Amino acid sequence: MVLFSLPEPFFTLFQILIFPGLLFALLFVMFMVWYERKLLAKMQVRVGPLYAGGLEGILQPVADFAKLLFKEIIVPKQADRMFFILAPTLMMALSVSMLALVPLSPTNAIANSNVAILMIIALLSLSPLVVIVAGWASNNKYSMIGGLRALHQMTSYAIPMSLSILGVVLMAGSFNLISIVESQKSAWYILLQPLGAIVFYLAALAELERVPFDIPEAETEIVMGWETEYSGINYGIIMTATYVKFYALAVLFTELFLGGWLGPAFVPPPIWTILKTFLVVTVMMIPRGVYPRFRIDQMLKFGWTTLLPLSLINLVLGLVVMNFLG
Amino acid sequence: MEGGSLSEVTLSIGPQHPGSGHFRLLISIDGDTITKAIPDPGYVHRGVEKQAEYREYLQNIPLLERPVISDSNGSVYGYVLSVEKLAALVVPERAQYIRVLMAELNRIMSHLYWLAIYGIFLGHSTMFMWPFGDREVIIDLAQSVMGTRLTYSYFVPGGVRNDVPEGFKDKVLPALEFIEKRLPEYEAIFVENPVFVKRTKGVGVLRSEDAIKLGVVGPTLRGSGVNADARKDEPYDAYDKVDFDVPTFPEGDCLSRSKVRIEEMRQSIRIVRQVLDSIPQGAFRTKHPSILKPPHGSVYARAEAARGTFAYFITSKGDKTPYRLKISSPSFRNLPAFGFLMKGSYLADMPTIYWSLDYWPLEADR
Repeated sequence: MVLFSLPEPFFTLFQILIFPGLLFALLFVMFMVWYERKLLAKMQVRVGPLYAGGLEGILQPVADFAKLLFKEIIVPKQADRMFFILAPTLMMALSVSMLALVPLSPTNAIANSNVAILMIIALLSLSPLVVIVAGWASNNKYSMIGGLRALHQMTSYAIPMSLSILGVVLMAGSFNLISIVESQKSAWYILLQPLGAIVFYLAALAELERVPFDIPEAETEIVMGWETEYSGINYGIIMTATYVKFYALAVLFTELFLGGWLGPAFVPPPIWTILKTFLVVTVMMIPRGVYPRFRIDQMLKFGWTTLLPLSLINLVLGLVVMNFLG
Repeated sequence: MEGGSLSEVTLSIGPQHPGSGHFRLLISIDGDTITKAIPDPGYVHRGVEKQAEYREYLQNIPLLERPVISDSNGSVYGYVLSVEKLAALVVPERAQYIRVLMAELNRIMSHLYWLAIYGIFLGHSTMFMWPFGDREVIIDLAQSVMGTRLTYSYFVPGGVRNDVPEGFKDKVLPALEFIEKRLPEYEAIFVENPVFVKRTKGVGVLRSEDAIKLGVVGPTLRGSGVNADARKDEPYDAYDKVDFDVPTFPEGDCLSRSKVRIEEMRQSIRIVRQVLDSIPQGAFRTKHPSILKPPHGSVYARAEAARGTFAYFITSKGDKTPYRLKISSPSFRNLPAFGFLMKGSYLADMPTIYWSLDYWPLEADR
């Protein structure tokens, strides 16, 4: 969507900072937080946020963030001060970097990279490392257990996730997200690789530590897991980073399996991406109202005995489909 | 990390912990396995037994229901029965039926509360909200009869405090239908949820012989396949005139304890329906002096509260206050099961086992 033309350096800056970059993503994330609370409230016969901002409490996330901003930053005496403060920022950096790699349309791409997929996988694999740094630096037993759980969880979903992405890459013959979307003109990959879509969806839930895989921050077991000692804006940054990652992964799902910006021309391409992303976000939020939490050993078992074989089967089926369709 | 070793870590779960309540659980974990679990009650001990020695028999009722506000009728039921035994008071038949009615409504409320908290213990926020909202239906009913939402002080020696209002039956029946309609929905989303079954099946197995040895009571005992219920074994008030089953499940794991409580709600609805149909007319309380002075002697009486047998032992020396009052509360009876069940299970099973016992710290500490 080219609304107006800017000279090249300013246009890049506009893309990075405003659309489809930081500002738009943060606004979408604000909306997502509000939307999730409203959706859950509807499922649970509640009202949810109601007053802030006038319209059904739409500004509640802003109010919450402002509250966190004004709170004291508490660093525990025993904590490793530098890494304790650095961890949320690192986490935010990892999440925000993903925004550059997921385009909303061919013209709304910050980095049109030929190895975008590889970079996204690398960024996703780095995040549990930051989690364990946060858990270790907090010097708290619950944080430590939470960090270790996050690491265990990562070993169970990371490989199936990469394999499910690999199925799409094989079919599209490219690591570039723009060419992956363009190659779905005849059929979306969710139709050709439904198994891969399911595996990616479940692995993304696990990556985001969302219910039923919110094991590293299981509240009644280990308080808040690795986030236990974080308060104030540090906690706010962690939450924002998680939701930015959520947004980025939802866009990635849209582009890998739902044909990204492809759609009837009466709506501009980036709007198609956003609408499909919204749908994916909704589907990823629903389990939170439906399922209790898994146990970590069950998660590991699920990852290695269900997700991994499924993703391998998907890979083989994908090759078969490719041979038949030419 | 203390000691620099990760092989065995001691965690103090509570009293400041989202999954503990007013209670501490000292657990040692080796990796992810609990090697030792020591329950540490007493944080909300108020000396209720001693306080009861300085209050008159009627004044004791509000005191004794405070430890269990989610099931206040069930907790004073045993006391009222024992005072009646001590003072040889005859309870009119209508009062007996009203008491059964209110005790069963209270049981449904308490089990809904348990279900809601079990939801949050397992990270299921919808299950937390639904029963809490639906509980209000029963609370409103109770309020229309007994005046308050939770602490009723409704059962008194010799009957009940006031009669049920006219047309109460027409208000109760729709509420029962509503709860009956909701129970399958709870089962669909929670108790029969594949993830819930995975989390609870075979977890915290208490075999029937162990259950009897540990002396656990109530749904915990019945979840181990032991058919023991004070309402059937020693029928009091109108319980021998109503027809109901005592649900038992033989597996003895967290899942069967959950199923027992869900099934008990169904049985309670069944009892309430029968009581509403057969409640006789007459007095709702016997006349007796408001300051009771029972003769010398000791009595023991028990009633089946939502969490199990709530028993009272009262000794009187002919004064207007009890000489000694001993409470045997179900949560305290179930306390030994903590260490027994948690040893050898995973850390993540700690909340699962904890709340499958429906432990209420105030009730245990008294």
